[in-house]
Amino acid sequence: MRTSELIRILAADADPVVRSSPRGRLLRAATWGGVASLVLMVLTLKVRADVVQATLLAMFWGKLAFGLMLTAAALELVHRASIPGRTPGAMPVLLAVPPVAIWSVGILDLASAPADERVSLLLGQTWAVCPALITMLSVPFFLATIRAVRSQAPTRLRLAGAATGLFSGAAAAVVYALHCPEMAAPFIGTWYLLGIVTPAAIGWIAGPRLLRW
Amino acid sequence: MTTGHESTSKDVVTDVQVRLGQLLSRGLAGDADAYQDFLWRLAGYLRGYMRRRIWDHPDDVEDLVQETLLAVHLQRHTYDPERPFGPWMHAIARYKMVDAWRSRETRAYEVDMPEDGEDLFATPDAEDSLARRDLMKLLARLPEGQRLPIQYTRLGGMTVAEAARVTGMSEAAVKVAVHRGLKALCTLARKVRYANL
Repeated sequence: MRTSELIRILAADADPVVRSSPRGRLLRAATWGGVASLVLMVLTLKVRADVVQATLLAMFWGKLAFGLMLTAAALELVHRASIPGRTPGAMPVLLAVPPVAIWSVGILDLASAPADERVSLLLGQTWAVCPALITMLSVPFFLATIRAVRSQAPTRLRLAGAATGLFSGAAAAVVYALHCPEMAAPFIGTWYLLGIVTPAAIGWIAGPRLLRW
Repeated sequence: MTTGHESTSKDVVTDVQVRLGQLLSRGLAGDADAYQDFLWRLAGYLRGYMRRRIWDHPDDVEDLVQETLLAVHLQRHTYDPERPFGPWMHAIARYKMVDAWRSRETRAYEVDMPEDGEDLFATPDAEDSLARRDLMKLLARLPEGQRLPIQYTRLGGMTVAEAARVTGMSEAAVKVAVHRGLKALCTLARKVRYANL
């Protein structure tokens, strides 16, 4: 087929493009993922029984802020990684802020605590399950978002996959915070972060397979 | 301050990018003539760019040009008219080139491409060539509902309205069928490229 013939076919298919904005598409995917993840959490883990009292504690909001900041920065990174020619810009720097912040508090906590309490500050009671549960809750976010990303012609597949995983983990951490009883900054900085980084790593590995077009 | 020659060629490249971006923007808004003009000019630049780089399999150049045009067409909704056209186009062209190389035996081939893609818009090659792999043959493998609308709009250049009359489908259904058929063609072309090695 001559290229001129192909061009004629393509031009015949050229309707005005209805632009559903790429960011809008991602937000819709994030919302659906959020609903599904919340339902999953309520059914399998249950919201913490003392959630109302917990809202009086600063660290409850600290956990939410940690997760929400990471979620917002990661979602913007997903957007930029999904569109041909966009650069990540300052997003990687923004992503570093919440971990740095939580560990600034964490180091102070550990330093000011009696030596025999340090281990429990770090391990809490649920360290063994926390990363796995966050990863589990990230699955609805990941499935919804990867679909949206695939419709965008991403040209950097590992970055897009990793960003999607990072966003999914961070959003899942926000959902998980509604169930989780742990309040210590060293715990959050370690086990929540691990739960967030795990889906990112999976996204990095699976990116090419899932997103190739 | 740059030397006369340097600034001239850089300006030309920028002008080309701006021009193509404007044509595509108008095409996205529904201007079919602008869109056709865009595709035609882009084909020339892609051909020149790829001919300069695919020196071990020159027969494959036109195939890749066509595949890239198809990809640009299917993903045109991701172009934001507010942003520069060059980086968007170069990312897609580069992606397709790397994908093409990956499908060859030389899997570990390191693609040597300048990151800024300035030379994508340097010298066009406007020769309208025949592709080695015939997309029309691939077309035959599509289901009739997708194949016919494409063939009708191609054969004798039927308009969508005419093709709708002949197939008995609504105009909207013809457009959807053409779009789906093109997507299927894109996937098929990749599969064939990987199978052929």
